[in-house]
Amino acid sequence: MGMIPKLPVAEWIDAATEWTTDTFEFLFDFIKEDFGDFIEIVAEDWLMGIPIWLFIIVVGVLAFFASGKKLGLTAFSVIGLWFIANQELWEELMNTFTLVIFASLISVIIGVPFGIWMAKSKMAEKILTPVLDFMQTMPAFVYLIPAVAFFSIGMVPGVFASVIFATPPTVRFTNLGIRQVSHELIEASDAFGTTGTQKLFKVQLPMAKKTIMAGINQTVMLALSMVVIASMIGAKGLGQTVITGLQRAEVGTGFVAGLGIVILAIIIDRFTQNLNTQRGD
Amino acid sequence: MKRTIINKKEEVRDVPIIQVENLSKIFGKNAKKATKYLDEGLSKEDILEKTGNTVGVNRASFDVEEGEIFVIMGLSGSGKSTLVRLINRLIEPTEGSVYIDGQDLAKMDSKDLREVRRQKLSMVFQRFGLFPHRTVLENAEFGLEVQGIDKNERKEKAKKSLEMVGLGGYIHQFPGQLSGGMQQRVGLARALANDPEVLLMDEAFSALDPLIRKEMQDELLELQESMKKTILFITHDLDEALRIGDRIALMKDGRIVQIGTPEEILVNPANDYVEKFVEDVDRSKVLTAENIMKRPETVDIQKHGPRTALERMRKEGLSSIYVTDAKRNLHGYVTADDVSAAVKQDSDNLKGILRTDVPKVDPQTPMQQIFDIIHDSPVPVAVIEEGKLKGVIVRGAVLAALAGSEVNLNGYDS
Repeated sequence: MGMIPKLPVAEWIDAATEWTTDTFEFLFDFIKEDFGDFIEIVAEDWLMGIPIWLFIIVVGVLAFFASGKKLGLTAFSVIGLWFIANQELWEELMNTFTLVIFASLISVIIGVPFGIWMAKSKMAEKILTPVLDFMQTMPAFVYLIPAVAFFSIGMVPGVFASVIFATPPTVRFTNLGIRQVSHELIEASDAFGTTGTQKLFKVQLPMAKKTIMAGINQTVMLALSMVVIASMIGAKGLGQTVITGLQRAEVGTGFVAGLGIVILAIIIDRFTQNLNTQRGD
Repeated sequence: MKRTIINKKEEVRDVPIIQVENLSKIFGKNAKKATKYLDEGLSKEDILEKTGNTVGVNRASFDVEEGEIFVIMGLSGSGKSTLVRLINRLIEPTEGSVYIDGQDLAKMDSKDLREVRRQKLSMVFQRFGLFPHRTVLENAEFGLEVQGIDKNERKEKAKKSLEMVGLGGYIHQFPGQLSGGMQQRVGLARALANDPEVLLMDEAFSALDPLIRKEMQDELLELQESMKKTILFITHDLDEALRIGDRIALMKDGRIVQIGTPEEILVNPANDYVEKFVEDVDRSKVLTAENIMKRPETVDIQKHGPRTALERMRKEGLSSIYVTDAKRNLHGYVTADDVSAAVKQDSDNLKGILRTDVPKVDPQTPMQQIFDIIHDSPVPVAVIEEGKLKGVIVRGAVLAALAGSEVNLNGYDS
């Protein structure tokens, strides 16, 4: 062991991060400023601009139809949201919700094309599989460090870290869904003279839709689980309240905020799952 | 192969619609190398042992004429499914050529290949290959949609095609809601909607239960009457092959062992393998009067009298004999008893004792229908074509043919 001195891996990564920060400063600044502003507008002007009672009613109605006119999800959504409002955590909820939506959207926008690429090319699968493993097994806290380096603190680095953490399931499930399409259907498509693009949009993606949606559901859940962690670098929301509870040793405060996250998680989960089980089956 | 087209009357074009030449597929790495062993005539097993490569298809050559139903028949592992996929290049051939309308598919770039698949070849799959997320109509219009044909036009064509297979009332259902037989009708309609020149049917009816399968075979034959498509039909079921095939290619271990009409394959199996294969076939459905008839013994009504007739019957051991004229037009028959009586009465003419209640069939009558006729008849059945006596069928020949023994082919040359 003594033969080889300690390799300066940490220093290399520091240098690389510094170089990236300096080189792409204009880009990071742009994202930090403009994207950050946009997130704030969505959270504070749009979502918080809606009266709480109206918001709850709209969610209730959507839940009623999304769940196939069953009352369970509707009742749960209405009571859950009312409880959060009652606990004076509405603003935190809206911030968390915004963060989850942005992180999920970006993850899906990045994840689906990568998943398609992975399904279409063996080479891509070979390269991406270890990368995805790495992204998922690396402790999520670690992503906070470059996030802060690139975007300092606030919502934007929170979204950034969440995206890295939450993207892999969408990529994996998209790949899986496309590869699961039966060989005979691919042959049928080829036999009728489809181009690669036609095959993708007319056969593979529609057939893989359920699996991809399951991946997206996972992605949303992971993004939500990142909320508490992201609040350590100043992302506003329910996570911040949990951290406050932790720092001040207020069990009750932390628990109530945690309950809020659970309620939000269940509502989002059931919504995305119900969207997945509609049409024809 | 000497005869190429049988019982088809349409014009013959100079180039067969499908020409397959020396087509081979070897699966595995270094496949090209393994083709050398094919040259040396090594068996499939030997090549697998030596190189680790599997021979899918071994130097297949055949032509398919326009409007014919050409059946490729073999057991599982014989390479028939690989062969059909080589024809529309779902599988890349290792060597050899496939000409569709004289164009070599194996050398085409992907764009031309796509065009051929869109315009000329349609495929029907064993497990139907329907898209479960599309309705029956959307499935049927798939090929047209891919070609970028206008929405209304393609819907019209797809509907027509669905009506043709009897599914006009189901267009808005999903495939999962239909029975197997109906699903395969959708598969057929989808293939026909393109109006292709060639239908490739890969074990299209094999997943259906026997009654439905027979129904589908009948329907295909009925459709074929009006469409006159060229159909390449893959099956492992010999009865099916014999039933619908104009010609049959028998495959074993990737090699084509015999090509011929159903009759030829039954009557003249090329080798032991084919012979064993056809042993259990229900011959009565395949063989026709032509295959089992004998050259008839006759007397000439103008030239011969009762004495000649009696003499011939005695020589051949017959109890009756057919009476024709010089042009072999059938007049009737006389029995040994009547002839003996006529001889005793010194008659010199057969006209007085001629019987005309002749049991007749034409050369294409299937053997199955001959059973009843021959059962009720005291005399051999006459095979008549345009009024002329082509041959006779005796009871013994029917039994012999059913048993699968050598069939006397005396009738063929006349």
